[in-house]
Amino acid sequence: MAIRRGRGVAAINYPTGMNLGGDPTQALVHSTPTGNFMVTLSSVDLGQGLKQIMAQICAETIGVPTDRVTIDTADTDTGPHCMGTFASRGTHRAGNAVIQAAKEARQVMLEVAAEELEVNASDLETDGQGNILVKGAPQKSISIFDVALSAHFKRGRSISGRGMFLIPRSYPEKETGAMKPSTCYAHACTVAEVEVDDETGEVTVLTVKNVFEIGRALNPKMVEQQLVGGSWMGISHALYETTEPYYPNRDHGGTDFNQYLMPGPGDLAQTEIIVLERPSADGPYGAKGPGEMCANPQIPAVANAVFDAVGVRIDTLPITPERILRALKAQAAN
Amino acid sequence: MELRKNYFADQRKDGLHEIGHGRPRLDSPGHVTGKTAYFADRNVPNMLHLKMVRSPHHHARIRSIDTSEAEKHPGVVKILTARDVPHNVYTILILIQVGPEDETVLADGKPRWKGEAVVAVLAETERAAQEAAAKVKVDYEVLPAVFDMEEALKPGAPLVNEYHGQNYYLYDSGECRKVRFGDVEAGFAGADHILEQSYQSSPIEHAPTETTGCVVVPEGNDRFTCYTNTQAMFFTLDNASIILQMPGSKLHFVGGTVGGGFGGKVDVIVEPIAILGAKLTGRPVSFIYSREEEMQISSPRAAEKIIIKDGVMNDGRIVARKVTGYTDAGAYSRHSPYGAQKGAAHYPGPYTIPNVWIDTYCVYTNRTPSSAMRGFGVTIGDFALEVQMDKLARLIGMDPLEFRFINAYRDGDMKAHRQPTEGAALIECMQEASRAANWPVAEKYMAMSSYTKGA
Repeated sequence: MAIRRGRGVAAINYPTGMNLGGDPTQALVHSTPTGNFMVTLSSVDLGQGLKQIMAQICAETIGVPTDRVTIDTADTDTGPHCMGTFASRGTHRAGNAVIQAAKEARQVMLEVAAEELEVNASDLETDGQGNILVKGAPQKSISIFDVALSAHFKRGRSISGRGMFLIPRSYPEKETGAMKPSTCYAHACTVAEVEVDDETGEVTVLTVKNVFEIGRALNPKMVEQQLVGGSWMGISHALYETTEPYYPNRDHGGTDFNQYLMPGPGDLAQTEIIVLERPSADGPYGAKGPGEMCANPQIPAVANAVFDAVGVRIDTLPITPERILRALKAQAAN
Repeated sequence: MELRKNYFADQRKDGLHEIGHGRPRLDSPGHVTGKTAYFADRNVPNMLHLKMVRSPHHHARIRSIDTSEAEKHPGVVKILTARDVPHNVYTILILIQVGPEDETVLADGKPRWKGEAVVAVLAETERAAQEAAAKVKVDYEVLPAVFDMEEALKPGAPLVNEYHGQNYYLYDSGECRKVRFGDVEAGFAGADHILEQSYQSSPIEHAPTETTGCVVVPEGNDRFTCYTNTQAMFFTLDNASIILQMPGSKLHFVGGTVGGGFGGKVDVIVEPIAILGAKLTGRPVSFIYSREEEMQISSPRAAEKIIIKDGVMNDGRIVARKVTGYTDAGAYSRHSPYGAQKGAAHYPGPYTIPNVWIDTYCVYTNRTPSSAMRGFGVTIGDFALEVQMDKLARLIGMDPLEFRFINAYRDGDMKAHRQPTEGAALIECMQEASRAANWPVAEKYMAMSSYTKGA
């Protein structure tokens, strides 16, 4: 009887968004008289930080700091259509819509600035700090605040834009299954290291080393938060979670967090996250959707590590101590 | 977290002002100080509370419903049954022409899973609604039920859902979504080894911090505002419009800040009945799942069974892959036909395999309806595929990581669902994992790139 150590690897890809119904998302952007920008969506922030990412995308595209952008999200009276927050589509689909809307608003903003500065709009650039400069002659400039005041009170212009993302709906071909359900794929490879107590069947995940390729980390801190949380969920799925411990038996389903088993802080593995960025051709600033993919590779990596440790395959999730002990017993009997 | 900027640097524009910077979230101070308003934080005066009477049986026929005692319970204002719901039989994806309509808002004569909503009670307090719900008498004739997917697919199994006519979803391609690529039998015939294995999972709960719910307020002008934590505002509005036979212009949905969803809040379950309650009483209505309902009633991740048969050569090339996937939808479709189809497009995994044959089934059983969850249609598939990869590597005596390099897809490779690979990066992820985990692989694999085919 001993504590045995093993490691396992798994590699995966994951589609960003699906388009069973075309799955469109739209965005509206307009400026206030003080040169702040309002993004109107009906997309939902599930806690993953959609609002912050949309603010950064809008800010980058218009050329202002992120804190000059406000996100009004998920009111069907004011927000244009969004299919919803699911299928790793939030950043990709809503982000593309926001870019398109912000580009249109930026164009109006530059046209107004051009009139104020008496130059061509094509000769202007933004400095990212809230100013519009003449290319090659940065001393000739105007603040976006002043441009907004001019647009609203003097020139009668609306600094606003409309954006949308829609790809043609894919209908799978009946006989071959030829289809285009998604536009880009995120990637991951995880190596998990575990200890298995062959007397109790208990598995301890010591380390997970996750490499994720996500197109572009628009906000690296939030990417880290998402990827660490997802990795935890993957481990939780692998070893703990089930609503019906004896599927398909309906008895003994959990009714609260005391009965539904998930790893607590003491069960957290040492987690290492490495991010690669291969920009997606159709992603907002190259971003793909890492939201779901990041919880998948840990499950098979842990399963493979358990085999490496004790030499039994558990092909039924979750990999409980009971299943491991039964498999070890069967192995010993053979 | 480390960003490895040396990969794909030629394809990327760095040095942007806002993108690529770890800015603090503008909403996080509100979240961590408890000041962020969620839908249930609205203090609406004169509000009614809705509680459901739920089927205690997995499959039953309702002989009669007696609400007389419940109606007399102090605080009870209104009791709703199937006949009060204008368009009681619905399905969520009917908006994109995926039918048939197969689920009832309130059971119409026949609940098909344990926990299914039968009668809705609206009362002045949560407690009164709960107590009155316990007084509703429903006389059931218990019917035979089926819980196991293989049992459900056998001839003579109890029919779970009459709207389908059989215990599987009927795609335009037949009883399953098919993917056919190359000649899988020829692939097996030429393979050095064949390995067929079966994988299984059971349902998983989303476990969001905030439970599913909504608060509906009549606006006084024949419009209703629904404060909700749905993941999809217009999806819910449009479905509510169909179920209630109300023009969408009468409905106003407000949401946007949600305490976790993971796919558990894309089903349209609480909003239509709460709006109906508000319409029939003229008062605000709150319908919020208890933690027990969230755990027992809300759609879990589906149980899946996946059988993978692979043909592999001694040099490591996978030459044929046959996958049969079964998704346990429970009693109703919700989003499951979509999830099973997503699996069909995914199953070869990130590998280039010349001969692929895939069938994915969406199966009906008398279990809690499953629906979307993080990694919908793919998560359990990835478990099966990647454990299978490990077994294949060991079968031919090859290092599992090197084995994956041999089969990894690269730009231009044709996938089984006939899309050329673009933006591949699996090889680079594995190279970096090899370094990070100190798991060395042969130099030729470290020299590979996703950009080009062949090595």
